[in-house]
Amino acid sequence: MILLNMIRTEQCFSHLITCTMKHVVKILSILVTISAIWVGLLQTSIVPRSHTWLLPIYFVVSLGCYGLLMVGVGLMQFPTCPQEALLLQQDIMEAKEFLKQKGVDVSSD
Amino acid sequence: MEQRKEEKNKYSIIIPTYNERLNIALIVYLIFKHLRDVEFEIIVVDDGSPDGTQEVVKQLQQVYGEDHILLRPRPKKLGLGTAYIHGLKHASGNFVVIMDADLSHHPKYLPSFIKKQLETGASIVTGTRYVQGGGVHGWNLMRKLTSRGANVLAQTLLWPGVSDLTGSFRLYKKSVLEDIISSVVSKGYVFQMEMIVRASRKGYHIEEVPITFVDRVFGSSKLGGSEIVEYLKGLVYLLVTT
Repeated sequence: MILLNMIRTEQCFSHLITCTMKHVVKILSILVTISAIWVGLLQTSIVPRSHTWLLPIYFVVSLGCYGLLMVGVGLMQFPTCPQEALLLQQDIMEAKEFLKQKGVDVSSD
Repeated sequence: MEQRKEEKNKYSIIIPTYNERLNIALIVYLIFKHLRDVEFEIIVVDDGSPDGTQEVVKQLQQVYGEDHILLRPRPKKLGLGTAYIHGLKHASGNFVVIMDADLSHHPKYLPSFIKKQLETGASIVTGTRYVQGGGVHGWNLMRKLTSRGANVLAQTLLWPGVSDLTGSFRLYKKSVLEDIISSVVSKGYVFQMEMIVRASRKGYHIEEVPITFVDRVFGSSKLGGSEIVEYLKGLVYLLVTT
């Protein structure tokens, strides 16, 4: 959920910055913003310091989990279309038949 | 807006070929079968195929007419990007379709590209394999894994706004294709990704339609280490230049 919110803020943020900005700069500025918030948290000690120190690790780990999850879900739901291969074979037969009649060379090799 | 005008839309279908003598004949037949009531031309850019692709195209011109099939060959293999630029020079339509000659892109989807463009007025309609109604056939687990990984990486880093970055079955407004192709330098898989990312950054309206992708040449879909390195380089290149 935090991640979703983060993506949303990223998107809002990217609208605020001018379009001419190179993409790597956008990403870097997001990282800088996050670091600034983290340093702020460290300074103000709203959350116990021992927890704040661990936040970057949580961040990296959650980023990695997000990536693995997306690949995993994508792989499980990978859309396949075996019936299309059969339909294509039929289309090929039909096309060969027609083209042969018209005098087009459709012999393989 | 443009569609409201009295003049009819014309679609120039650019197909780069190299040793596709059988496939080019099949694809031309299928295009004529599925594109009815639409004005179009097929521009075959052949890079000096030794297998007689150009002879077959000339035979097809006899069947379908030289105004519908244009053969614009080049002396040798000069790359995909320049093939599109070459074909573009000879295109007389106000829209351009680019597709592969190997039948992994089926012409039966052309009407849905055209319909989508007319409905939305989009500058680019791109075919996507990764939504409902789309799909891939003929890939092993490794190939699927690389594809998903590459896609998640690109989506996370580039936020391109389209689901299938490396697909190459697309419909462009001719002026838009001319505008972006001149600034694209990448080759291979990255070429298609750079095209769509640059278009997205320039603020062009991009729409997607589902397509299926049937990989018939099993050897061609192998993704080796060097391709992965090229892809990552392309990703970094796009990060710093767009």
